[in-house]
Amino acid sequence: MDLLATALPALGEAFSLILQPQQIAFLMLGVLLGLSVGIFPGLGGIAGLSLVLPFIFGMDPVSGLALMVGLIAVVPTSDTFASVLLGIPGSTASQATVLDGFPLAKKGEAARALSAAFIASLFGGLLGAIVLTFFILIARPLILAFGTPEMLMVTLLGLSMVAILAGRVPLKGVAAAGLGLMVGTIGESDASGSLRMATYDIPYLTEGIKLVIVGLGIFAIPEIVALLRQDRAISKTGGLGSGWMRGIKDWFANIWLSVRSAAIGVVVGVIPGLGGSVVDWIAYGFTVQSAKDKSQFGKGDIRGVIGPESSNNAKEGGGLVPTLIFGIPGSGSMAVFLGGIALLGYDPGPHMVRNNLDITYTIVWSLALANVFGAALCILLSGQIARITTIRFTLVAPFLFMLIAFAAFQSSQSLMDLAMLLLIGCLGIFLRRFEWSRPAFLIGFVLSSQAESFANQAVQIGRIQFRRDFWQGMEYIFSPVSIGILILLVISVVIGLRQGKHILGDSRPPTGSKRAPLIFLLAVTAYVAIAVLDASTITVLRDKIFPVTIGIVTLIACAALLIRMMRVPETDPVFADLEAGGDDAAAPHGLWATLSWFAFLLALSALIGFVLALAVFLMSFLRLRAGISWVRASILTAAGVGVLIFLGGTLGRDFPPGLLQDVVDLPWPLT
Amino acid sequence: MTDKTTLRHTAQAALVGAATLALATTATAGSHGGVNYEGQTIEFVIPFSESGGSARWANFYAPLLSEALPGNPTVVVRYRPGAGSTTGANWFQEQTTDDGTLIFGTSGSTQFPYLLGDPRVRYEYNDWQVVLASGTGGVAYLPPDEAAKMDGLDATGLQGTDYIWGSQGATRLDLVANLAWEMLGMNVEPVFGIEGRGDGRLMFERGEANIDYQTSSAYLRSVQPMVDEGLAVPMMTWGALDNAGNIVRDPTFPDIPSFKEVCEATPACATEGDAWDAWKAFFIAGFPAQKMVFLPGSASADVVETFSQAFDDIIARDDFDTLAEKTLGVYPQMTRDGAKAAFQLGTQVPEEARAFVVNWLEESYGVTLE
Repeated sequence: MDLLATALPALGEAFSLILQPQQIAFLMLGVLLGLSVGIFPGLGGIAGLSLVLPFIFGMDPVSGLALMVGLIAVVPTSDTFASVLLGIPGSTASQATVLDGFPLAKKGEAARALSAAFIASLFGGLLGAIVLTFFILIARPLILAFGTPEMLMVTLLGLSMVAILAGRVPLKGVAAAGLGLMVGTIGESDASGSLRMATYDIPYLTEGIKLVIVGLGIFAIPEIVALLRQDRAISKTGGLGSGWMRGIKDWFANIWLSVRSAAIGVVVGVIPGLGGSVVDWIAYGFTVQSAKDKSQFGKGDIRGVIGPESSNNAKEGGGLVPTLIFGIPGSGSMAVFLGGIALLGYDPGPHMVRNNLDITYTIVWSLALANVFGAALCILLSGQIARITTIRFTLVAPFLFMLIAFAAFQSSQSLMDLAMLLLIGCLGIFLRRFEWSRPAFLIGFVLSSQAESFANQAVQIGRIQFRRDFWQGMEYIFSPVSIGILILLVISVVIGLRQGKHILGDSRPPTGSKRAPLIFLLAVTAYVAIAVLDASTITVLRDKIFPVTIGIVTLIACAALLIRMMRVPETDPVFADLEAGGDDAAAPHGLWATLSWFAFLLALSALIGFVLALAVFLMSFLRLRAGISWVRASILTAAGVGVLIFLGGTLGRDFPPGLLQDVVDLPWPLT
Repeated sequence: MTDKTTLRHTAQAALVGAATLALATTATAGSHGGVNYEGQTIEFVIPFSESGGSARWANFYAPLLSEALPGNPTVVVRYRPGAGSTTGANWFQEQTTDDGTLIFGTSGSTQFPYLLGDPRVRYEYNDWQVVLASGTGGVAYLPPDEAAKMDGLDATGLQGTDYIWGSQGATRLDLVANLAWEMLGMNVEPVFGIEGRGDGRLMFERGEANIDYQTSSAYLRSVQPMVDEGLAVPMMTWGALDNAGNIVRDPTFPDIPSFKEVCEATPACATEGDAWDAWKAFFIAGFPAQKMVFLPGSASADVVETFSQAFDDIIARDDFDTLAEKTLGVYPQMTRDGAKAAFQLGTQVPEEARAFVVNWLEESYGVTLE
């Protein structure tokens, strides 16, 4: 009980440090800031922390920590609003929540989904804090057991979730994941900087495509466009069915699921180098695998919300372990947080844990309290905010276009961000239309660079170990930890393949003629083939091997699909085409006409800059498409532009300039 | 760090302070009277994301700059990341703000592609006006059993081992380490593709890597505890530059030999010739002048003087050393002629050195800069 003897007094001392009016006030301030920043898709802990960082310098340490931790802790709570209500992944940690959360909102059960998500977040966050309390004292050797081969195994475990999320036709899921992996290799390679499917003439491409843009393009744009075509509210019933109490009961009924998912979140968070973007997918995959009745997943199963949301808040507690004891940030926001701690005069690392345990534990308390405050506030607000799903969507959509365009622009502050968003959005629309698994694509994309780096590094280090001694090499590659994960991985794939097809139930998708699905498959095949050819011209072996191997596997999947398409009739699920029947086919507005509104915003931005273009876009959309009066349209336009300028102003962000700004010098925010 | 160095730095700061005071009295009387930033916002743009060392450096200076500039403007740090900082630098090249409301911070990662003739570089350092240069250093370290193979300063005993280390990339700051080890006749294989030097240190702690280096602030914070516990032994620093341009011991680590000393003591290594000249050129570009603050070429002499004075005032603050130690390490923060000299060192390499490195990168790592 040595551990308790060290931990408990420090924990008590930290509690008295944090429980002062001033410190609590800063904690609340952090929570409020975190909630407000997290609500906007694409903005997260990094944006929020950058906002407070200039003031941290010179603050008293406990207040500064309370402010920063309060902010970080609640971002994965409030980003759920966008994921559930609007189908926009609020941050990379909430991507999986969209899968079932948004369908629930469409059913009119937004308040239920939200409150279940928040209580699950709260629980995950508290579990994360508890783990952090004790683990921080003993975690060092455990974390050091995770070498490159083990991290490769965890990455592969994440990829194995493709099996369960592949959808009705598993081959399509494999091809979608392969395509995601290939898109993830675009740009300069991490290892030696060889170019893949990019050229220095287009500097934007050499950086690769950003996760924010892919997340928004693959999930948000197709959903917004599909909804906008219907011209009704998000909630099909137009009302809010069950209230927020129901969600809390749902969570309690699935408490073990919540415990399991939170544990996954903590473990993945603790391993440095994996990043938070896989944790929600792993949690979602396990949630589906372990459920008996899988028929409702993807259509609005509350468990699909509870699983990922329990894990993503728990991840923050876990992520603080390596951040504090190694001084190595597990994510972008942790890196900024480390900088903030340094500004307060502390050096994160073993020294801090040993010599300033009370200060370190104020972080734990801040984390726990912030989760409680944050979740309580969100639950109280969820009933009100959920009303957005009962508003006519045509009035909401232009503001969503505004938000996602602004969010996408944050990734490299270039107009190319918006063009890329539109391009990926088109891909997302086709993936959705032809029932290629979008989660599979996204998992492939998210894990692409990790899979490549870890595979290359493990092989390189392994080769040197083998050269020294055969058994040393074997021990290195097949450590107990990696064998354990390998077993888990095999189980996950087997369960996934056996049960994955039940996820969408037994209903048949609408099918039309063979032509459209075939053209899309051929286009994907052509892209992958070109990418493979391009990669094969690379001279550095370690930059070439991954895209060539993955590309060939993807091509085999495409070829198998092609053979299947030739042999089966056009009513086979392989020809799924949402334009041929169901909601989409019956929609009053056309797909391309709707998408071109968004394209109009982008093209106009390129001409006269984003802020001016936005004013024109909002005005014309609200008047022409939504058909409301000039007066109301003007008021809404002014409000929308005002909010955006306020957001840009407080966060110190610019807006995309256009050709006009090249010619004339305009004052901010028109620059 | 030891008390001795603190003492010396306090003394240095006092000297600089006195000098600045003298300068300040003459300056206020004369030239830059017209510049006042009251109510204005100054953008401090860095071509990196919020999470790197440059962000820490810029956020360290921003509030201090706000206090030191006439009229106490708001100084905000803005991030323009992309392509290892070339995107942001290309952007800055096109800016014509002449009133000082835009300043730009670069690092070694901006300098190296420029020096190597990377095709993505569309910026020209000589068009800009430097107002501050911050230096840093680096320390290479080994596991205790490997360090025991060294014979005093002679590294010949290390030549029989296969070394592995985690590297960010052949064309980045890490090339200074790779080249140094190769010159000592060591067989060091870089494992490319890690995301930051911290990940490299973790590989070392896990025993996957058996050699590593860290920049000074990271070494003090994270490696020194390992050294104290007997898990790592410092091998050498990259050294520091004295006023005459010679490489001397790093003042932050007076007890650790510099690479130059180790090289002199190792028969396989020579402190003259193409390899040494190339190493020295890139060391100087990467470390003693690692981070610099620039005004656009269009900024007037008054504005340049105002910023130089502001940085002088910051460095002369009584508490500057205490503040800087944790974020920046104890390295020279240079303004005016010092900054210009550092700028010259950091942005020029002799053509032979450049050609040597480009050729070496291709032969050793298959990296071409086309």
